[in-house]
Amino acid sequence: MRLTKIATVAAVAAMMGAGPALADLVFPSLSYRTGPYAPNGIPFADGYADYLTLINERDGGVGGVKIDNPECETGYNTEKGVECYESTKNVGTGALIYQPLSTGITYQLIPKVTADGISLHSMAYGRTSAMNGKVFKWVFNYPANYWDGATIAVHHAADMEGGSLEGKSIALVYHNSAYGKEPIRTLEEMSKEMGFKLTLIPVDHPGQEQKSQWLQIRRERPDYVFMWGWGVMNSVAIQEAANIRYPMDHFIGIWWSGSEQDVLPAGDGANGYKSLNFTGVGTDYPVFDDIQKYVVDAGKAAGDGTNLGTVQYNRGMYAAMLAVEAAKKAQELAGHADINAAEMRDGMEALDVTDATLEALGMPGFGPTVSVDCANHGGSGAALVQQWDASAKTWNAVTEFMPSDRELVTKLAMEDSEAFAAENNIEPRACE
Amino acid sequence: MLYREAGDFKTTYREDNQTFPIKSERYLFWGAMLIAFCVVPFFVNSYWEKSVLVPLLVWSLVALGLNILTGYCGQVSLGTGAFMAVGAFACYKLMTAFPGMSIFFVVILSGGVTALVGMLFGLPSLRIKGFYLAVATLAAQFFLIWVFNKFAWFYNYSASGQITAPERTVFGIIVTGPNAAPWATYLFCLTFLFIFAWLARNLTRGRIGRSWMAIRDMDIAAEIIGVEPLRAKLSAFAMSSFFIGVGGALFFSVYLGAAEVTEAFGIDKSFLALFMVIIGGLGSILGSFLGAAFLVLMPVFLKNLFVGSLGWPTDVAAHIQIMLIGGLIIFFLIVEPHGLAQLWRLTKEKLRLWPFPY
Repeated sequence: MRLTKIATVAAVAAMMGAGPALADLVFPSLSYRTGPYAPNGIPFADGYADYLTLINERDGGVGGVKIDNPECETGYNTEKGVECYESTKNVGTGALIYQPLSTGITYQLIPKVTADGISLHSMAYGRTSAMNGKVFKWVFNYPANYWDGATIAVHHAADMEGGSLEGKSIALVYHNSAYGKEPIRTLEEMSKEMGFKLTLIPVDHPGQEQKSQWLQIRRERPDYVFMWGWGVMNSVAIQEAANIRYPMDHFIGIWWSGSEQDVLPAGDGANGYKSLNFTGVGTDYPVFDDIQKYVVDAGKAAGDGTNLGTVQYNRGMYAAMLAVEAAKKAQELAGHADINAAEMRDGMEALDVTDATLEALGMPGFGPTVSVDCANHGGSGAALVQQWDASAKTWNAVTEFMPSDRELVTKLAMEDSEAFAAENNIEPRACE
Repeated sequence: MLYREAGDFKTTYREDNQTFPIKSERYLFWGAMLIAFCVVPFFVNSYWEKSVLVPLLVWSLVALGLNILTGYCGQVSLGTGAFMAVGAFACYKLMTAFPGMSIFFVVILSGGVTALVGMLFGLPSLRIKGFYLAVATLAAQFFLIWVFNKFAWFYNYSASGQITAPERTVFGIIVTGPNAAPWATYLFCLTFLFIFAWLARNLTRGRIGRSWMAIRDMDIAAEIIGVEPLRAKLSAFAMSSFFIGVGGALFFSVYLGAAEVTEAFGIDKSFLALFMVIIGGLGSILGSFLGAAFLVLMPVFLKNLFVGSLGWPTDVAAHIQIMLIGGLIIFFLIVEPHGLAQLWRLTKEKLRLWPFPY
């Protein structure tokens, strides 16, 4: 009895200390393949992993150094996210970049990565004011952020109304968390400027129950409904909107509320639903031939290969592509292939993804061009509006990439980041 | 042979009444404390701190608090998550309002605030019992979380509703914020747990604790022999909430560093604490620790076993882990309804006779 107990204790201790083997460029993936957010989390994680596998298989890694992609399941839960961060940050020679795909975990990690000196890339999520690189040295959120998204959605609505939203009403259905609350400040500001009425309708985690929210929408009949939803909340909301026969082309979701998994459950009812997007949809890009050949057919795909070309999969790929490009840039700047976390950060700050770069990667027009510098960690802020065609089961872009109201976004981001800097005694960098 | 009381003579009442009457048990306890206070801090790294030790200490404190209320006083509570949130938000408001105050006192004061709120929500317990009280505390859970999410004053009007712990020190050593050293946060939490476990142990075998247990065992009989239900129940709510509030304050400021009320202090936290108490053993100090250890360490252990050592895909591992923990909970409840603490008691009984059982 005692001996087995001692043996168990020893085994526990050994297990908890154990970690994966050494590797060179470590890009941990804090994914979630379980829980209410898994419908969106799985394809994203697959896209991220598959692109990195492609780089390893086809190119032999970045600059000859293989990428290690230790995966850790967070379940979209911040405590598990912290555990995952702590357990992956010292893998091999140390993690280079984190992309948690969760605004809550991003908020949690911002102080930690800043203290540990590891880059955090919250691609179009997380803390919006992190676009101010003077204050947030280690945090990036290019190519766009929530406030960009809010202004683009409002401008799209204004375009639909022939230029003016005076006297119109917009309801924001949002996930009642840090993520969903992000756009409120911008929308409030814009409602003052443009004269529309803003109604805030929170939906509590996980968002399975939205009857009362949609009853309110049915009663008030706002001219537009914007949605900041994620996971199961998206498909429920779209179903509810279809049930109350809300005009779908007046229902606009943020880019995280516009994937196939969100609209398919509502069937034909979802026809005409709009969402923002900043990455290409479908597999009509040369890079997918390589993914098919080197990853899926070789049996190395993270998932079963059916997600290729879906919105979230492509976005995961895009995130991985940005990380790989930043690593290339970092190697170029550092002059050697074995970059460390600080050099990786320099690479991200010097990142410049042009149309020519995308073309060369086999992803022409796949996403907006991204150019980062010391002061601007937020990229260009452009996004497009896409619309769901339920009969063809495809997303069609209805606009070109639209610029956001960067003047307003920058103004608000400066206020917020300066308040953060003052609260945390951060001296903003000079950025010559 | 290893564990027996033969030859361990007591000559005073004091000795006879001590917490660990058997010598080997005393040695075991002080040995464990010596290791926890003087050895572990030298070896703790940030992974062990953030994923294993600090959550274990904080959850032990919370389980201890709930055990006072549910295990000793018999009042079922589903509001633990909300009371932790009260502690966390009190801590945040105090930290930001009085930047110069030592975090030690901030945490204690947060416990005090939570005790007041807990007493308020304990008032219905004077009239309602059992399941009905559980529902009333469930209302506290939803109401308090709603309040913290609704009114921006509680999170200092931040755009996202997140609260973030600023850097604070004890004797010049940083214990909150990202720059805190692992040993510092570990020792800080351990000190709190040690003090509070000491307090709980001595409260429960004194007059107040006996009045709680009298209420638990049969409230009408207790009233007849002179135990005042008002005082007993409210003191149990106050003391329990105090512990839970301190736990919540540490959970937010030392462990997580940033929290979002709906996510960090949801109903699942209330259930988790209740499971800890039930699995560990109702009405047992040791049980609170064992229950917390079981539910905090088991997932981390299984994750490292499946993903780290066996190399399983993370989603398969996560699902198997959920099933295994659920299965283990049922297994333990069937095999030993009195919890892990009872298993320890039985082990001790057997050890007394070992190796010559009759």
